[in-house]
Amino acid sequence: MMPLIDLWTALPLAKLEVGHHFYWYIGNLRVHGQVFITTWFVMALLIAVAFVASRNIQRVPSGIQNLMEYALEFIRDLTKSQMGEHEYRAWVPFVGTLFLFIFVCNWSGALVPWKLIELPEGELAAPTNDINTTVALALLVSLAYFYAGLRKRGLKYFTKYIEPTPVLLPIAILEDFTKPLSLSFRLFGNILADELVVSVLVLLVPLFVPLPVMVLGLFTSAIQALVFATLAATYIGEAMEGHGGDHEAAHS
Amino acid sequence: MNPLIASASVLAAALAIGLASLGPGLAQGNASGQALEGIARQPEAEGKIRGTLLLSLAFMESLTIYGLVIALVLLFANPFAS
Repeated sequence: MMPLIDLWTALPLAKLEVGHHFYWYIGNLRVHGQVFITTWFVMALLIAVAFVASRNIQRVPSGIQNLMEYALEFIRDLTKSQMGEHEYRAWVPFVGTLFLFIFVCNWSGALVPWKLIELPEGELAAPTNDINTTVALALLVSLAYFYAGLRKRGLKYFTKYIEPTPVLLPIAILEDFTKPLSLSFRLFGNILADELVVSVLVLLVPLFVPLPVMVLGLFTSAIQALVFATLAATYIGEAMEGHGGDHEAAHS
Repeated sequence: MNPLIASASVLAAALAIGLASLGPGLAQGNASGQALEGIARQPEAEGKIRGTLLLSLAFMESLTIYGLVIALVLLFANPFAS
């Protein structure tokens, strides 16, 4: 299916639309039903896997418990390397949720045969190829690092805006806008670009040729989930640590 | 849509994608090469180098994504179309 032109201007968050959507109406609010369906599927999958893995815990893990422990260790190491030894503990659940949710979302778009489920209009795909999903995730990260900074340093957190010199105040404020912007656009652009490339290739050469690109898409989706989680952890860690240390990782 | 605007939009989209992938592509190659050299010199620092490399590659890639977003806006949500 080639994406069709669709201008939809009811919500300011959703200016850019590619393809048709399956709308649900809540009051006079239009929501993208297909995103909700896939999101609920992903959430149900994650909860089910976590539930099965944590029943009947063995001292020597095997099978699905082993897999989930590996994921936990991976996320813990990631968070520790970005936030440092002292602070990382409390943020492992948040970063882990982000990572697992985005990872499973991205891969569900490529691995689950959504085509089999027919919708009245639009089609099911990875939830992260809708910009509303990624903007919501990025705003969550923004809230999280403001919360972390305020909780850790109190109102002194706001001195980071005028810390080296007040001349940089506009840039410091701008940074708070570019962080969620680049986070959300990166994820959205990658997943949508992957989907567009695959759909264009399928249109041109339907058999076998798109397969390597789809595998590459799996790889980039996994990397994007990793990058999102890493950047979220970096931003939160940066908000918690005082100014003056090494401060170079956050310019995009 | 006005054919002039349509052709200009397609051309602009192609230019946006092309230029936005040219610069970050070169820069990413440069960064990966340097990181590889660093790992070859000091294999025990591989984890740290990889983390920094991934982060900076992500930042460079976001430039390409901005170009992609511009191209997508021009193709699918053109503000000059009406």
